[in-house]
Amino acid sequence: MTALGDTLAKAKADGRAALIGYLPVGYPSVQVSIDGMLAMVAGGCDIIEIGVPYSDPVMDGPTIQAAAEPAVQAGVGIADALRAVTAVSEAGAAAVIMSYWNPIDRYGVARFAADLAAAGGSGVITPDLIPDEAGDWLAAADEHGLDRVFLVAPSSTDARIVSTAAASRGFVYAAAVMGVTGARESVSSAARELVARFRALAPEMPVCVGLGVSTGAQAGEIAAFADGVIVGSAFVRRLLDSPDAAGVAAAGDLARELAAGIRS
Amino acid sequence: MTHPHATLPPVIVPDATGHFGAYGGRFVPEALVAAIDDLTEAFHATQADPQFRAELAGLLRDYTGRPSPLTDVHRFSEVAGARVLLKREDLNHTGSHKINNVLGQALLTKRIGKKRVIAETGAGQHGVATATAAALMDLECTVYMGEEDTRRQALNVARMRLLGAEVVPVTTGSRTLKDAINEAMRDWVTNVESTNYVFGTVAGPHPFPLMVREYQRVIGDEAREQILERVGRLPDVVAACVGGGSNAIGIFTAFVPDSQVRLVGLEAGGDGIDTGRHASSITGGVPGVLHGARSYLLQDENGQTIESHSISAGLDYPGVGPEHSYLNDIGRAEYRPITDAEAMDAFALLSRTEGIIPAIESAHALAGALKLGKEIGPEGIILVNLSGRGDKDVETASKYFGIAP
Repeated sequence: MTALGDTLAKAKADGRAALIGYLPVGYPSVQVSIDGMLAMVAGGCDIIEIGVPYSDPVMDGPTIQAAAEPAVQAGVGIADALRAVTAVSEAGAAAVIMSYWNPIDRYGVARFAADLAAAGGSGVITPDLIPDEAGDWLAAADEHGLDRVFLVAPSSTDARIVSTAAASRGFVYAAAVMGVTGARESVSSAARELVARFRALAPEMPVCVGLGVSTGAQAGEIAAFADGVIVGSAFVRRLLDSPDAAGVAAAGDLARELAAGIRS
Repeated sequence: MTHPHATLPPVIVPDATGHFGAYGGRFVPEALVAAIDDLTEAFHATQADPQFRAELAGLLRDYTGRPSPLTDVHRFSEVAGARVLLKREDLNHTGSHKINNVLGQALLTKRIGKKRVIAETGAGQHGVATATAAALMDLECTVYMGEEDTRRQALNVARMRLLGAEVVPVTTGSRTLKDAINEAMRDWVTNVESTNYVFGTVAGPHPFPLMVREYQRVIGDEAREQILERVGRLPDVVAACVGGGSNAIGIFTAFVPDSQVRLVGLEAGGDGIDTGRHASSITGGVPGVLHGARSYLLQDENGQTIESHSISAGLDYPGVGPEHSYLNDIGRAEYRPITDAEAMDAFALLSRTEGIIPAIESAHALAGALKLGKEIGPEGIILVNLSGRGDKDVETASKYFGIAP
């Protein structure tokens, strides 16, 4: 089992949901983004989702786009993400990559899987790769013992929830709303319904919920029914507001607020 | 069980999951899968439905003005060194081939019961066509257009607004067509329950490359019949410009089984392939995944899309439809770059020798014909898809030639 699997199992044994925090590597610089991730680990994130900046992020709203675009311009890529993976896993959290498919495709799927495993990474979340197109990745993940996290959405049919859960390892990412990433004022009822449907169809597979979660109260609400709570844009917002040590500290503070939220 | 494509003509067909060899497929967020599954099913059902097909054929005849004529261009042919015939998609209602596809997809939208359409547009031709069909069929319409393109093509922005569409200038990324597609995809992910995405070219996730091809193949089906009747034989070469590639697939498809006919796609070479400032995805790119499909694309070593460059907004796209990548790799079609300068020379030549002002996109195909003519000689016949008219390009051309008043 990967560090990701261990972490989810341990949180479950403790009777709580896991906290998963996202930051794209490379904003405002590779080093400051890694500092941000380490502050999030220190603040209570169990798992860090390390984003690979991409030029055409169709699943992302304005906040994540605003951070990813300068990182793309600066030439940040997979090698930088792997550096972050090592830093996060050495700090004691599970590290997963979140990437649109083309940067991994360009790097080479087999080479990527080998390098990710060597860097101490647990697996990959693929927002625009569905299992139907993932043959090479499924094989490479098996060879290197990596988790592969696919997504389900409120629009997913029961049949697709079953096939997606079967192709996944680690957990399945449930998109809480129909739409792109970004903070929202309230947690939609769609998330609760999706998770209930998922659990009935795939009771063995952990399911974590993301899209729109930004406060401790929202995290607490989701923690009541999901195996993990995923927060992205709210962390990115801290660094956009203050792309320096103060932003890093603010990301750590947010992790503490969210960690308290999921335990309340 | 009947194969889902059994109702389609026996040309190169993607497999049931939309793969053209190694290309195509569906690289999309899971949130869209149910909607594109439904769309795929509805598309196959309507292709097999005589009533739907009759309704579409009626619109193409009575609204668009099909069949479009085939024009012998004698004076242009003298310069080309071979006999050139133009398939006149410029004479369609709204001024380009884009209307063929849009009427099909708008009818399909009605069939699946959605009330709103969204579209991306570069030069504005697809946006104008979509806004037109939406007005005709009483659909709400939002068109995404890169802010840069709204300035280059202000006339088409005004046309879309007159037709009742909302035009949203896109200010992210390079502010051109690729970013307009990103923004349209974000809208679709959010509003998929009420909204259908009317995609403008043979790129994107399955079923778009198949669907747009089938709605555009009327170009080649007509042209093949017309040229056999006019000349008594098939052309030696069929030439078309390629951005995403819908007009090219439209005219190629009927000729794909005629192995003696060369199929030549002319990509936008911008300042020249060597300069790196171009939009030639096949000639100057490598395979990868963009906008939902695997195909040739312009990308750097990190897998980031590289901005394309072309004087033609409609060809200014860093990707290309997957079927073109497939036709290239199996050697059935060939692809060549045409520089901005070559295209503008051909633009001027057709205007002055034939009294036809072509779209700058189509001028790339004409420039290809000028080169190919010299290769095949005076007995040779070249069929060129004149995909659009040049009214929208008058300002760009006036500046280019220094003849603005």
